[in-house]
Amino acid sequence: MSIFDYFRSKNRDTASLAKERLQIIVAHERSDRTQPDYLSRMQRDIVDVIRKYVAISTQDVSVSLDQTDNCSILELNITLPDFVQAQHTA
Amino acid sequence: MAKIIVITSGKGGVGKTTTSASFATGLAQRGYKTVVIDFDVGLRNLDLLMNCERRVVYDFINVIKNEATLNQALIKDKRIDNLYILPASQTRDKDALTKEGVEKILQELSATYDYILCDSPAGIEKGALLALYFADEAIIVTNPEVSSVRDSDRILGILQSKSKRAELGKEPIKEHLLLTRYAPDRVERGEMLSVEDVRDILSIPLLGIIPESTSVLSASNEGCPVIWDQSSTAGLAYKDAINRFLGENIEHRFILPEKKSFLRRMFGGLSA
Repeated sequence: MSIFDYFRSKNRDTASLAKERLQIIVAHERSDRTQPDYLSRMQRDIVDVIRKYVAISTQDVSVSLDQTDNCSILELNITLPDFVQAQHTA
Repeated sequence: MAKIIVITSGKGGVGKTTTSASFATGLAQRGYKTVVIDFDVGLRNLDLLMNCERRVVYDFINVIKNEATLNQALIKDKRIDNLYILPASQTRDKDALTKEGVEKILQELSATYDYILCDSPAGIEKGALLALYFADEAIIVTNPEVSSVRDSDRILGILQSKSKRAELGKEPIKEHLLLTRYAPDRVERGEMLSVEDVRDILSIPLLGIIPESTSVLSASNEGCPVIWDQSSTAGLAYKDAINRFLGENIEHRFILPEKKSFLRRMFGGLSA
């Protein structure tokens, strides 16, 4: 830091921004890593089944697996469209 | 039985080969019989950093393919006893590396050496995966910078799931963080992630902090590992890291900016 720096515009604290961004992305990537690899295939199958009745896309379904000491909880979160129109299959 | 150490990072250009050269030298300086293997098939550079590029006759792949013996391929370091280099092949492609071939060589080396260092290539392809597969300990070289930290975390995931120890359900690979190119003055100004920031994110034990130093480039220009330059901060920091690795309790240094004189503080921006 020289005396001339005082006349320059102050830099933002970019390091804390870097840390924040890293914490988010690293946590996200770690959760992907700990999931079994069949989970994404299962998600696709679940979407296909629901699609037989309701028009939804892959983004509308979130699947997560939480593991506690002696049990695993499979959590399914499906966002249905506002107006659910059953597609009566013939 | 030798201890197998992988020097890895995911990202390229963070200082894996610089670290491998200095770490291997440091272990040999402490009297351990050490061999350092370059796993970067097609892009070898460890030979240059250790100034033995003109003495390479046979390489790692020649030994795997039984075209040469291990003793024909190993290059003895000219500066210190107890240190040998096994260069990577510059002409073959990385498919020539096989798990069985690497295992055979590591087993043979294991009988006579104390430490086997595996200098990993960047990325997460075959060369990098094989460099870490048989490791007992890993040195994760990281720069205080977003892409390097993210890639280090990715490599940690691979160490914990795709290594031999992980596959066999044995005790996990011991992980060490080595933070390189650290600039304490930039950290102080809030321009660079701090040691604590990186430790918070990666949460593995810190082996050392290597400060940004002009002597690292001079060392590679000369082909003389920077640990030999004990007048440089980087050289001292590598020496500390070696001693810590061998179990000594040494306080971390080079975390805070050097104290500057009043005049340098006033006009530092002009000369530095």
